Amino acid sequence: MTRTIAEINEKIAKGQAVVVTAEEVIDIAKKKGIARAAQEIDVVTTGTFGPMCSSGAYFNLGHSKPRMKIGGGTAYLNNVPAYTGLAAVDIFLGATAMPDDDPRNKIHPGDFPYGGGHVIEELVAGKDVKLVATSYGTDCYPRRKVETLINLKSINEAVLFNVRNAYQNYNVAVNLSDRTIYTYMGVLKPHLGNATYSTAGQLSPLFNDPLYKTIGIGTKIFLGGGIGYVAWHGTQHHPDVPRTDKGVPKRGAGTLAVIGDLKQMKPRWLIGTSFIGYGCTMTVGIGIPIPILSEEILMYTTVKDDEIFAPIVDYSDAYPQRNPDILGEVDYAQLRSGKIKVKGKDVPTASLSSYPRAVEIANLLKDWIKKGQFLLTQPVAPLPGLESGITFKPMPDRPFDKID
Amino acid sequence: MNIARKIVLRFPPRLVDQPIIYRLVKDYDLQFNILKASVTPNEEGILVLELSGKKKDYDEAIRFLAEAGVEVQALIKDVSRLEERCTHCGACVTMCPVGALVVNPQTRRVDFLENKCIACGLCIKPCPVRAMEVRL
Repeated sequence: MTRTIAEINEKIAKGQAVVVTAEEVIDIAKKKGIARAAQEIDVVTTGTFGPMCSSGAYFNLGHSKPRMKIGGGTAYLNNVPAYTGLAAVDIFLGATAMPDDDPRNKIHPGDFPYGGGHVIEELVAGKDVKLVATSYGTDCYPRRKVETLINLKSINEAVLFNVRNAYQNYNVAVNLSDRTIYTYMGVLKPHLGNATYSTAGQLSPLFNDPLYKTIGIGTKIFLGGGIGYVAWHGTQHHPDVPRTDKGVPKRGAGTLAVIGDLKQMKPRWLIGTSFIGYGCTMTVGIGIPIPILSEEILMYTTVKDDEIFAPIVDYSDAYPQRNPDILGEVDYAQLRSGKIKVKGKDVPTASLSSYPRAVEIANLLKDWIKKGQFLLTQPVAPLPGLESGITFKPMPDRPFDKID
Repeated sequence: MNIARKIVLRFPPRLVDQPIIYRLVKDYDLQFNILKASVTPNEEGILVLELSGKKKDYDEAIRFLAEAGVEVQALIKDVSRLEERCTHCGACVTMCPVGALVVNPQTRRVDFLENKCIACGLCIKPCPVRAMEVRL
């Protein structure tokens, strides 16, 4: 059995495509077998909804009168600094940026109530945001200061551009020390008091296409409630990790850089997020359709939580010290059961990514496709695979005085 | 002047085997009523208490607790969940000491069992989208 994306799109346009979610396909394939399921199903939809720090948005603010070169100056949106090292009125706001006067961790653990992700959420909700920008003045751009309200309707482009999202697998975080620690994996209680994890597991996009056979550059996706595209492989994409027989990575592996029109997005799917003692970020919703081009592709989408393994990592010492030791591996069915065993101890588990919202995304995308509102795209180039030789480089310390 | 206060005490592991409450009675002449306790050897302990006695004794006892390294927090009146904001991720479930926030295995959503909640407030800051709210 083989099928092309063009054939699938014809069926979608006629409203005849058979679309199921990555959760539903598991039972269908179990009942009917891989071959028959692959015959019947055209598209499997995936979803994930979790904190994704390498997210942000760029904006073209429009030109004030007189003109002002914000590029090379400073720009703040609701007091959160944006990057201005671009042309006169293009700025980039990162999800983890926070106000200059936020006390950070001066009193530990810091609160981090508001940052770039929260600004993006407010903009997407249609709210006005305060822009304060300063610059030095030039002959062609004389203005030196602007203070004005902006919103998504008043500015030119507003584009979500996330350089690393949808991590294919992630660590399970625990704390072996004798004090509570505050991490990007949440609050970790001492002596293995809890374990946190962050993935949609069997619904997660890259677990359903573990060897990147359909998802590539140019793949059209659900992004933040609107439509986006895979722009590139994400930063830290490194496919060469231990994998199961079915190719599912047992460590963090592939990642995606994604892009989309912020003006179409919805605040339900882009949420400003705060990690006590760590910082601000944004929770992002992503859904990716998998075209069932062959039985092999369908087989990959039948992956279940008990076939996906993650490493257990001590965030009190091994992680901060970049020590590669792990405390073992667990599968996602165990994690979702509410407790796992680490060093012989029962440890309660908590998820940072929302499974119910991942289900909702996969179902929304399914509806869009079934109604003929969302056609699939053929990637213009594949993501780097195992053959790419990409390695995950650390940063060695090289003292300046060694420069010749 | 006599007062009665409900407070949450958090003990670091090194204090869990110390007779702290005994000292409150013996040295500060306070009465205590334990509303909730979760203490395990070698780990953090959480104790929700109603303390009553003379205001002067109470204030000195609180100072003693703080100096001993016990975190003292007033029990807040009520915790509620902003249903629109909660994403049901589940980050809160291992923070709650009394099982008032639990993942429903059928729906995979987080159920907030308000009748179990002791309003200790431990879920407020760890919620990544800050969906738990204190009403004072």
